Amino acid sequence: MERSFFARNPSALIFILLLAAFTLGVTLLSEGFGMDVVSTSMVKTLGKTLCLCLVAVAMDLVWGYCGILSLGHFAFFGLGGYMIGMWLMYERTKAIVISATAGGPLPATPEEIREGIGVQIFGVVGGSEIPPIWYFADSLTIQLALVVLVPGLLALIFGWLAFRSRVAGVYLSILTQAMTLALSLYLFQNDSGLRGNNGLSGLQNLPGAENVPQTLISIYFLWASALALGLGYLLAAWVAGGKFGSVIRGIRDDEARVRFLGYHVEGYKLFVFTLTAVIAAIAGALYYPQAGIINPAEIAPIASIYLAVWVAIGGRGRLYGAVIGAALVSLVSTWFTGGQAPDIPLGFYTVQWVDWWLILLGLSFVLVTLFAPKGIGGLFDLIAGRGSPERHGADLGPDPGALREKEAEE
Amino acid sequence: MSTLLEVSGISVTFDGFRAINNLSFRIGEAELRAIIGPNGAGKTTFMDIVTGKTRPDEGRVIWGEKNVSLLKMSESQIARQGIGRKFQRPTVFEDQSVFDNLLMALKNDRGPFAVLTYRRSAEDADKVRALAEEIGLKAELPRKAGELAHGQKQWLEIGMLLAQEPRLLLVDEPAAGMSPAEREHTTALLVEAAKTRAVVVVEHDMEFVRRLGCKVTVFHEGSVLAEGSLDHVTANKDVIDVYLGR
Amino acid sequence: MTRIFLIGLRAALFWFLAAFAVQAQSPIQDLLQENRAAVEKASRKTIDDVIGALLASGLPETREVLARWREKELWQRDEDGLFFFAEAVDGNTYRLIDIATGEAVGEYDKKLVSQLKPNSGVRSVIATALVRFQLTDPDPAKRAEGLTAIERGPEASHLEALRASIEGENDSGLLARKQRLERLLTIAYDDDSALRVAAIESFSTDLGVDARAALNPLLATTRKAAPALPEGVNIANVLKPGSSALPRSEAYALLVAADLAPPLVTAAQKKEALIANIADGTVAGMPIHTLGTAEARARAYAALADQGLAPPDVTEDGIDAALGAHVFFDQYNEPDAAITAAAEEALSSVSTRVGVNQALDLALDGLSLASIYFLAAIGLAITFGVMGVINMAHGEFIMMGAYTGYVVQQFVPNYTASIIVALPLAFAVTFAAGVAMERLVIRWLYNRPLETLLATFGISIALQQLAKNIFGTQARPLTSPGWLDGALVLNDVVSISYIRIAIFVLGIIFLFLLLFVLNKTRLGLEMRAVTQNPRMAASMGINPDRVNMLTFGLGSGIAGIAGVAIGLYAKVTSELGSDYIVQSFMTVVVGGVGNIWGTLLGAALIGFLQKGIEWMNPSNTLAAQTYMIIFIIIFIQFRPKGIIALKGRAAGD
Repeated sequence: MERSFFARNPSALIFILLLAAFTLGVTLLSEGFGMDVVSTSMVKTLGKTLCLCLVAVAMDLVWGYCGILSLGHFAFFGLGGYMIGMWLMYERTKAIVISATAGGPLPATPEEIREGIGVQIFGVVGGSEIPPIWYFADSLTIQLALVVLVPGLLALIFGWLAFRSRVAGVYLSILTQAMTLALSLYLFQNDSGLRGNNGLSGLQNLPGAENVPQTLISIYFLWASALALGLGYLLAAWVAGGKFGSVIRGIRDDEARVRFLGYHVEGYKLFVFTLTAVIAAIAGALYYPQAGIINPAEIAPIASIYLAVWVAIGGRGRLYGAVIGAALVSLVSTWFTGGQAPDIPLGFYTVQWVDWWLILLGLSFVLVTLFAPKGIGGLFDLIAGRGSPERHGADLGPDPGALREKEAEE
Repeated sequence: MSTLLEVSGISVTFDGFRAINNLSFRIGEAELRAIIGPNGAGKTTFMDIVTGKTRPDEGRVIWGEKNVSLLKMSESQIARQGIGRKFQRPTVFEDQSVFDNLLMALKNDRGPFAVLTYRRSAEDADKVRALAEEIGLKAELPRKAGELAHGQKQWLEIGMLLAQEPRLLLVDEPAAGMSPAEREHTTALLVEAAKTRAVVVVEHDMEFVRRLGCKVTVFHEGSVLAEGSLDHVTANKDVIDVYLGR
Repeated sequence: MTRIFLIGLRAALFWFLAAFAVQAQSPIQDLLQENRAAVEKASRKTIDDVIGALLASGLPETREVLARWREKELWQRDEDGLFFFAEAVDGNTYRLIDIATGEAVGEYDKKLVSQLKPNSGVRSVIATALVRFQLTDPDPAKRAEGLTAIERGPEASHLEALRASIEGENDSGLLARKQRLERLLTIAYDDDSALRVAAIESFSTDLGVDARAALNPLLATTRKAAPALPEGVNIANVLKPGSSALPRSEAYALLVAADLAPPLVTAAQKKEALIANIADGTVAGMPIHTLGTAEARARAYAALADQGLAPPDVTEDGIDAALGAHVFFDQYNEPDAAITAAAEEALSSVSTRVGVNQALDLALDGLSLASIYFLAAIGLAITFGVMGVINMAHGEFIMMGAYTGYVVQQFVPNYTASIIVALPLAFAVTFAAGVAMERLVIRWLYNRPLETLLATFGISIALQQLAKNIFGTQARPLTSPGWLDGALVLNDVVSISYIRIAIFVLGIIFLFLLLFVLNKTRLGLEMRAVTQNPRMAASMGINPDRVNMLTFGLGSGIAGIAGVAIGLYAKVTSELGSDYIVQSFMTVVVGGVGNIWGTLLGAALIGFLQKGIEWMNPSNTLAAQTYMIIFIIIFIQFRPKGIIALKGRAAGD
């Protein structure tokens, strides 16, 4: 009866093809595979960008489609990074400790190795005990499961609390921002068990793959990131299409109406919130091994707001818009803040982009919100000649004036 | 005729203002009823209470043969019990097609996972088309709801209500802002719907109420002032004093 | 030639003066000469006699001699050993001054005189002796100085001097201080047990830190182990090994320290012993590669011990036996049980009072934090609460206010004047910024709150970076006027700084000002009309554009003033605002949107709560903030619309 998935979502097919072509192209041009046109650090940047695109897709699903402006999804992203980082750091340190004790007159006992690991990892925060939350750090399987479980559970509990008390709109945004702030403040403490503001480092070294050069590892991670992005995109397209998509867009536009249709709105919101948190966590788990270091500053509320900015600039309510926004803004930001952008001498003052980029971003963001609420993705509508009904921006839903009129009447 | 909904002795206060004052109301199955009353009589608040949007301070709301209380249920649970509500202003999902609007309202499993794995069957598509036919929007199915005219949106919303297959329909001012021809169509829709289910219409427009030709309940200051045929209530002195006599 | 002549002349003069001196020695010089050896080579042991003799003599010069001696200004002429004061004429020459007459006796080459250099121990003894003079000095300031010196470093010897000086004291303030100090010193140094107990009891209602500092050492204990409880010592309590107060390992360590039991062999020592006994790839017959576990190492070590190659480890049974054979107890360092009992009682009574006062102090802290949050949030209460506009740049308006204060101080050096100028100027600057933002951005986004949030966030990051570009990343000081320095001290426990009082007062002023503006003025009326129904308001002749503009300007302007206030006690940085933005929104949301009183309650709740949590976990402000936010998230579960919630349909879903 229904047409096939790709027939209903031609943009998803185009996206997957472009992503595959991009990945193949970068691989062929990379240092690891001979051509050496794209440097290893560039491959890492591109791989990281793919992860950011994935978290942007999650953000678009929860905000653009379901109307929940979460300012906490970068916290889930960071948590995912922390979970995988624990394994990476523990196993890597373990290898170092074992090789350091190998020359001794007696073989090291497991207790000695554990103590050595403890001193290595936690010496920097003045401890040597391995905290209980590192209990599973030596098991890749369990830590991988935790990548999904910890942020997923946090999102589930937080979402359940927030949605059941009908916190919505900007209140929810503020509440998620508070959650993010609480989490980052907690991680900033030395006794959080995650090395305080030092964070986890050395994550680019894969335990057990010491002999594989970074040139190759970077490519493998690019592939993994591309695969995750592709699958995430398809999943999001599947969720946002069909009847489920219809319901969550309905929730975005008029929550009360959906409720009176008999849908349990809170359940839908919770589902989308948790699902996107898990996607964000997976993106984070792929991002931080490429970045090499994670610390609580990454989780600060501002990061989540930037995420919203990417999606808004790219165009929310369409998945490819989120990808475009995340890729464009993060790459341009890298270019400007990396010092590659040429300074502009004005005679009396030289504009250095490292200092002025944020101002440019902030202002262009205001301009996008005011004049192009559909973001870059809106350009595709122009090309396709597809016009949607006259709606200015995204506050789809009843005109608040309507409610007030009604109140005035009574 | 058995009682479908029984509301007894409900009161609700907003910041010291008594919006509903010891109000009792009952409606049977397959009955059409009009509620009239001046502004502030508590008509919309009454609907809010029945649909679970507002909790009364006291009183009971009893539903169906099994006499279940609606007071403990959430809006969506009440809706699933078979109570549909149409708001004063047409609220349809303007960003989605008429087809999708109706499909969303169609009676089906409402759970998130069931909806996620829902695949549209030929049967459901036929139901949607039949409904569209009934409300006169068959030609508009692929169009976005936001592009419809005001009256068409009202019909779409009534169609969405019907798609829910409710046993009780609460309709708030369906004829507001409609042309005479559109009113006629709306009247026909409501009278037709009332043959198989209970329909409660809140309306200001006497002419429209007269055309519905049904029993009328007059609300005043949060309680029932009079009940009966339109001619009967309009002859009532109290009603004339508070409502018509001005 | 001249040089020889001069030396000759000086020698002649010297002889003359020496002869004169010998002929007519002053009593003080005689006294010093009597104790000459002890003065020359002063040590802590011998110095007491000298000082005692000097004090006993009652000579008027005693005080100056002691003072100069301590300052290393007492010199001795080498040829006759007489003592003089001296002052340097130039690098090599000193003028000697007679102690009794104060007259110069001549200039001497450095080689011919020697300076007395008492060591620090001696100097402190001299200082103690000097205290007696200071306490009876005719100048009250000097006496107060002397008391302060004793308070800083009390010594047993001060007690007598202090008691002696109480008699003649005529200044009532100083008398009270002296008496109090005398009681404190009695507690610490008196030999009479009854006197000490009386002094201790006199402090049972005293909140002073010094009182507790005097009482606490009395209760200091030493943990000891012995075969049986000793007689005649003041035992605080007997401990059971294995209890939480005395874990087993600690108890055994006590035994080891007291040589009552053999020490345990540590894992590191075992490892060393094993390594030392490696022979042909084995230890005690066990191959090395098998020794990778703790159990294997224990077995190997046991084997070594059996062979006598290592000291045997103590077994668990051995530990139990040793613990069972001894008693463990805490012994008061103070031998007198009457004293410790009195101190215990006095301290417990004091600690109740201290607890009450700490609660009061905490409440004051909470109040001042609450007023800071209130100031930071009150502007938001207008823009967000009344107008429903989410302004993420609100924090940056606070920052702008603080920087305005900083810039004003660059031009107006007088701090009081600069604050008086800065407050209205900050209001003007942020009012203008707010109006500009409302006109350029926000008015296009009414009814689209999420987009307002994002657009104002864009402005926020731009403003923050702009401030960084202009003022740099380092913190800029905003100095408060002198009359705001210091704190209002109620007692040793309760105090509050004047700046915080000022912020509190400012908060109160703004509360009433805003209530007045909202409820009693035309602007307030129009403001409420426009926010409730813009179209209706417009049809009644109100210009909604103008009202929105002014309302937003007002909210922003108050943020600017809050910025000056916050800048006074925190450093001004470009991140100043973002530190407060989340808390400010929390304050408004928790309090209940659209209600100034709600904001006040929200600020109070958050302020007191944060202080309360900090009090429970004082080392960690970060944790306190974390728990506070979690609390707020849970609080919103129960009151989603805040403390003061609008009920009914006006609340709008």
